[in-house]
Amino acid sequence: MPTPETQPFWDGCAAGELRLQRCTDCSVPYFYPRPVCPACGSTRVEWFTASGRASLYSYVINHRPARGFEDDAPYAIAVVQLAEGPRMMTNLTGVPSTPDDLVLDMPLRVVFERRGDVSLPMFTPAEPAEPAPPAPAGAAEVGR
Amino acid sequence: MSQGQGQPGVIIAGAAETTRLGKLPGVSTLGLHIEGALNAVADAGLTLRDIDGIATVSAPGPVQVAHALGITPGWIDGTGVGGTSFLLHVRHAVAAIRAGYARTVLITHGESGRSRVDAARMAPAPSSPAGQFEAPYGTLGPTTTFTIPVLRYMKEYGLTHEQLAYVAVAQRRWAAKNPRAAFRDPITVDDVLASRMVAYPFHLLECCMVTDGGGALVVTAADRAGEFRRPAVHVLGTGESSETPMISQMADFTQSQAFRLAGQAAFAEAGIAAADVGHLMVYDAFAHVPIYGLEALGFVAKGEGGPFIAEGHTEPGGRLPMNTNGGGLSYTHTGMYGMFAIQEGVRQLRGEAAAQVAGPEISVIVGNGGMFATSGVLVLGRQPR
Repeated sequence: MPTPETQPFWDGCAAGELRLQRCTDCSVPYFYPRPVCPACGSTRVEWFTASGRASLYSYVINHRPARGFEDDAPYAIAVVQLAEGPRMMTNLTGVPSTPDDLVLDMPLRVVFERRGDVSLPMFTPAEPAEPAPPAPAGAAEVGR
Repeated sequence: MSQGQGQPGVIIAGAAETTRLGKLPGVSTLGLHIEGALNAVADAGLTLRDIDGIATVSAPGPVQVAHALGITPGWIDGTGVGGTSFLLHVRHAVAAIRAGYARTVLITHGESGRSRVDAARMAPAPSSPAGQFEAPYGTLGPTTTFTIPVLRYMKEYGLTHEQLAYVAVAQRRWAAKNPRAAFRDPITVDDVLASRMVAYPFHLLECCMVTDGGGALVVTAADRAGEFRRPAVHVLGTGESSETPMISQMADFTQSQAFRLAGQAAFAEAGIAAADVGHLMVYDAFAHVPIYGLEALGFVAKGEGGPFIAEGHTEPGGRLPMNTNGGGLSYTHTGMYGMFAIQEGVRQLRGEAAAQVAGPEISVIVGNGGMFATSGVLVLGRQPR
């Protein structure tokens, strides 16, 4: 259920974009949405569209499903490292939920899946051949 | 020089758990608070009329608990930051007693974690950050969130599934000596790895139980030591910190910043080092948490926690007795386990534990709240500083 501060994130998901925030004073990108930079305390922050590239940071494979997930169990609850730096929780799609298939640091890319009223960012395996992510967004074009 | 030098001493003068632990469908959450409070006040040899400060978590909260017991407090602490809250209450009570805001503080815990009689709701609010950015991915409480960091730890430091399983084996060896422990039959690594998978890589026996129970503490000034029924336990140092309300935002999945900062503060105040500690309690909601605790407080180097436990150093006969009641894995775990970790530290220093360690002078309690969200650390001693 969005709040005014998080609405742009969910609007982005509905438009097929993963939107993050970054500080225009210190350039640090961050997630989850909030109106202050956690690195320097500045309130001069802006939204930008992330690359959608990520890697698998850690996960569990849950055998006791939450309500609404009965048909999915066992399913992976993962934390991914976004190319831009922040991490977020997600589910993985397009890959079996087994330890052999889910290898830490494997490359992933964002996809959006409709769940109820919301479009939810999920991640799916990406080709390792995809180009390396650029330098952290904002580092070059936004100075102090 | 330790930070606490020159400050008036504070002691735990009374400590007790509810008479029974386990499955208690006939007692409400408030009823468990009351039972723990009455037992602790009696343990100190005091009456409820002697209490002028109250601390507990919401719900039911300090106003409800104080009113139910007929206490009119001049000092109130409702800090509710998960299972470590009671360690923070002790820390805050130390400050209040030194400041003269209270003379005799009662800290209570009661939780109908299993029977859920008037139990607090646990799911995050839908509009909270956790409600928006974690719950939609099928989280179902601590088994699906507190557990997520460990695969990263295993990859970075080589912790094996067998070493993780051994944490449960070691603690069961303590529980076997404790008639009040819920699970006392010996187990092997194979038993742990053969138990039902809950959330890979965690099997059932690597997850804490969920029980009903409670306990309470009476905290007062050290210059009153000797007025009470039981030997005083001195609060030598305390620390607290918080890191993240969401496991996904934990800065480094291989270490707890909150454990480390709270531990550093507590050790500095007490003027001790890890080598001075004769007894240790580390909150063990899951098998990996004691490993993180051992490393965060400097008992072992980074990455050595798993091997240290698997080599037997924390079990009966080992050089660093840890979780000697059996822990949340084998003794009891109501949901907010911190009170029980403190109770075992007090029992060990008084010399009245079921699995008594030979004469520990210093016991350290490492508390966790939420999913590596918060921490409190207590350094308790048999003697004043």
